[in-house]
Amino acid sequence: MPNNEAVLSVRDLSVYYGEFRAIKNISLSFQANKVTALIGPSGCGKSTLLRCLNRMNDLIPQAKVEGEVVYSQQDIYDPLVDPAQVRLHIGMVFQKPNPFPKSIFDNVAFGLKINGLTENIEDSVEKSLRSAALWDEVKDRLDESAMTLSGGQQQRLCIARTLAVEPEIILMDEPASALDPIGTLAIESLMRDLTERYTIVVVTHNMQQAARVSDETAFLMMDEDRAGYLVESGKTDNIFQNPQDERTEAYITGRFG
Amino acid sequence: MTDENFNKQYDLAPHSRGRRTKSIIFYLLLLTAIGVSFTGLLSLIIEISREGLPWLSWHFLTEFPSRFTEKAGMKSAIMGTVWVISFTALIIIPVGIGAAFYLEEYAKKNLLSKIIEINISNLAGVPSIVYGLLGLSVFVYYMGLGRSVLAGALTLSLLVLPIVIVVSREAIRTVPESHKQAAYALGANRFQVVYKIILPQAIPGIMTGTILALSRAIGEAAPMIAISALVYLTFVPTNPLDRFSVMPIQIFNWISRPQDEFRGLAAAGIIVLLITLIAMNALAIYIRNRTQTRSEE
Ligand SMILES: Nc1ncnc2c1ncn2[C@@H]1O[C@H](COP(=O)(O)OP(=O)(O)O)[C@@H](O)[C@H]1O
Ligand SMILES: [Mg+2]
Repeated sequence: MPNNEAVLSVRDLSVYYGEFRAIKNISLSFQANKVTALIGPSGCGKSTLLRCLNRMNDLIPQAKVEGEVVYSQQDIYDPLVDPAQVRLHIGMVFQKPNPFPKSIFDNVAFGLKINGLTENIEDSVEKSLRSAALWDEVKDRLDESAMTLSGGQQQRLCIARTLAVEPEIILMDEPASALDPIGTLAIESLMRDLTERYTIVVVTHNMQQAARVSDETAFLMMDEDRAGYLVESGKTDNIFQNPQDERTEAYITGRFG
Repeated sequence: MTDENFNKQYDLAPHSRGRRTKSIIFYLLLLTAIGVSFTGLLSLIIEISREGLPWLSWHFLTEFPSRFTEKAGMKSAIMGTVWVISFTALIIIPVGIGAAFYLEEYAKKNLLSKIIEINISNLAGVPSIVYGLLGLSVFVYYMGLGRSVLAGALTLSLLVLPIVIVVSREAIRTVPESHKQAAYALGANRFQVVYKIILPQAIPGIMTGTILALSRAIGEAAPMIAISALVYLTFVPTNPLDRFSVMPIQIFNWISRPQDEFRGLAAAGIIVLLITLIAMNALAIYIRNRTQTRSEE
């Protein structure tokens, strides 16, 4: 999908864990203010691809990345690029809610403090909690430990924590898979609201969820050598109603995976 | 449920008598083992108390040692221990924590780090007199520190550093990977992750390890005798390069006197040392329990 609105582009990306190639030759663009869903069978490299987008794969010692990930006209894998700076612009929300064992306030303030953004910190925290649709539930207990929140609330806190540093892109790896249906619904509607100001890339194994929340969908599959590759990508409506590739159709209609 | 099913009867009694007897025998063996070691300890404490308690007094804690038993006290030994252990703490806390963080978070996992790792664990098993002799040749003579508080503290530091490092590494490892990842994803660099995320969560464990290491250091006699010699000091150190005595040296000194009354003084000294050690271990256990219940909340 060549498009001049792409904020992030992956070019010919392959990732190795030691000798094993987890994904191969993926090229894909992500559109501004849209939700792009990454779908595909378990183990096909969705999380691997997602982690490449803000260099979280750097934290896995044996991971090696080939190809380019272009953001703001630079390859984020250029040796001159500081991964910490990349992550400030491209944030990440994880599969299992992982708040710090600190107060609710300190969780949201963490990113601000370490990046020296301490001016009007109370306002920033409030704004982020409002954006994450959590403010009303926690405004009277900001000093309480984040561990006292429910799973769904913890995940929205993690989203608020990510929003606080004002990234442009938010990566989410199955953000609702550890939550109950109510928590899932809250996260899904939040994702829709967030597209007003953010670009979102979300990994999901749930087809209905991909159909509900995403504008664009990319479908990945595994080859015989277990390397993941991109089958097709495009508007979610097209992928779901009129897939070009029969493997996509088979997957979406639940015939495998 | 049918009647047939309801009327079924299973044998729920233990299967073999033999297995049961074995487990009872094993239980009795354990009980005996505990009984023997406990009786040993108890008789030791009773004997020490019987000999030492009559000598224990405020005066015993605040007076210098003397040729006259009724005048003798362990002031210089107590203050010497305070000096040496304070300096040991000043050395092992930064060095131990630094080494633990280096090994856990910075060092590449290669053959060299593996060798260092194995050596650190093995160092904990080296007899303490070896450290004493090493300290004597390196700190006392080669570095010219003399038989000083500093030389003693450096020697004890070498002796207990492996404990601090091993315990600190374990504390660092208990911090969930997911917390570190969350911090990195917010633009934190490695130092910030170490300082703001790992350290706060690891500190209770590190403190427990440090206190246990210091309590081991307090009780060490052999390396301290090597460094300080079997002295009989009637002054308190006023700076780190002063000579010193410590509680185990003083106790050893009293025990080696031919006169019987000094045995009582030694026993009293042992009581003071034991109370100090028990208090430190209790503090370590308290810190550990308090943080355990807190993290379970
Ligand atoms: N840290 C890692 N080390 C080695 N192999 C890994 C690692 N993470 C993932 N893999 C492998 O890479 C492949 C893709 O994994 P992943 O990206 O987690 O897939 P998905 O998210 O689509 O389920 C799998 O075969 C997995 O076993
Ligand atoms: Mg995954």
